[in-house]
Amino acid sequence: MIVRLIALWAGLIAVLAGTAQGAGPVHYRQRADTVPASLSDPAGQVVVANCTACHSLDYITTQPRGKGGQFWRDEVAKMVNVYKAPIAPADADAVAGVLDRKFGASG
Amino acid sequence: MSGSARLFEVPRRSLLGGLAALAASPALGQEVHLPFGNGERSLVRLPQKRPLIGLTTRPPQAETPFAVFNEGIFTPNDAFFVRYHLSGLPDVIDPVAFRLTLAGHVERPLSLSLTALKHDFAVQEVVAVNQCSGNGRGFFNPRVGGGQLGNGAMGNARWRGVPLRLLLDRAGVKAGAQAVAFNGLDTPPIDTVPDFVKALDIDHAGDGEVMVAWAMNGQDLPFLNGYPLRLVVPGWYGTYWVKHLNAITVLDAPFEGYWMKTAYRIPDTPDASVPPGTKPAATRPISRLNVRSFVTSHANGAHVAAGRMVALRGIAFSSDGVAQVEVSTDDGATWTQARLGEDAGRYSFRQWQIGVTLAAGRHALRVRATTPTGETQSLQPRWNPPGYMRNVVETTVVEAV
Repeated sequence: MIVRLIALWAGLIAVLAGTAQGAGPVHYRQRADTVPASLSDPAGQVVVANCTACHSLDYITTQPRGKGGQFWRDEVAKMVNVYKAPIAPADADAVAGVLDRKFGASG
Repeated sequence: MSGSARLFEVPRRSLLGGLAALAASPALGQEVHLPFGNGERSLVRLPQKRPLIGLTTRPPQAETPFAVFNEGIFTPNDAFFVRYHLSGLPDVIDPVAFRLTLAGHVERPLSLSLTALKHDFAVQEVVAVNQCSGNGRGFFNPRVGGGQLGNGAMGNARWRGVPLRLLLDRAGVKAGAQAVAFNGLDTPPIDTVPDFVKALDIDHAGDGEVMVAWAMNGQDLPFLNGYPLRLVVPGWYGTYWVKHLNAITVLDAPFEGYWMKTAYRIPDTPDASVPPGTKPAATRPISRLNVRSFVTSHANGAHVAAGRMVALRGIAFSSDGVAQVEVSTDDGATWTQARLGEDAGRYSFRQWQIGVTLAAGRHALRVRATTPTGETQSLQPRWNPPGYMRNVVETTVVEAV
């Protein structure tokens, strides 16, 4: 029964999504994010584990290449020091290292 | 609680009365390439939007495909760019229960329903460009961190709402007020991330132009552009146009929040730039849009007929109107004035057009706008560390055949 109800509601949503907003409540459902291929290997696990608490990983993968290790150390430091992201110091170093190795070089 | 479970809490009557549930669907599988390194992007489908160029998923960010700007001076709501800072988007907004509060250093704090806001105050409209501070950041050289945008994080709309001044007058601003802070329903993912709150000086906030808007281009604001209310700050960068606006606070001291005091700062130099790769000695909050212009009728690499007149068209805008648009087909040696289109106000896109005749071969088309006070665009790009306020003379290369 529950399943059937969900299916019914999903159908209504499909009809109503994108139409003019009426007087009723407006719901928004965030898109589920995915792990980009460039971070889906074992080395990327520490990035996935620490960074997705606050944002999707395309925040990382769309950054310019060739900025070197300091760029990524600074980015991670900003997350830890400014936004107080709850990342253990060893993990922070590991994340910065992985991002430098994957994205720090040009190309 | 899942989104599906939450939907079950809504009474059926409400659903039939017009509930709109906005569920985002995944990327469409179509790729686009923004013309800078690592500029591969996917077209994404977001609620109430046509396919846009995706930047990030959570929070959602997407820019307008540039061809849209050739359709006219008004950017359609379903093509208007999306930019959030914090991943805690509201997952339900009930327009009946919604209240906008105005509190702080005032005689009579207000709590206004949407109905009260729309009916108890004089309604005003303005046509104004909303442009992200970092529009075009991907073109910065040397590259800088941040959202790697092409030039599609801008849009022009007719905004409808009430002047903030009327709300401030109704509340009765007390003597000594210095600033007004604006907060929306979006929230940080963790408590230590500063909530996205922006502020304007009291004189600016009450200038009669700053508005609390509920509609753009004749329709309710799309959810991802700030439904049900957003601040409209004509002539100022989009960072001030707080979405899902629900709390206005009058302050008797300067606002010291992170998103004003630390973020969205530009070099405190006359043109907000520093030599590439250097750091500014001092900074100030970003504020007014500088002047920009674009060719919209032809994309980079387009083919045109050689030896025959080609109609070029584009847009220009600033925070102070557009007095003149010029086009050069000879690397900036000579410039010819274009004809300006409809004037929808000093904060609007303004269309321009010109006929050019090109010999066979490749040609770099350059476009340059000038404001009534003589502000214009430079052939050399300005640079600053956060990648804000790009307004170089844009170049479109076409091939005449």
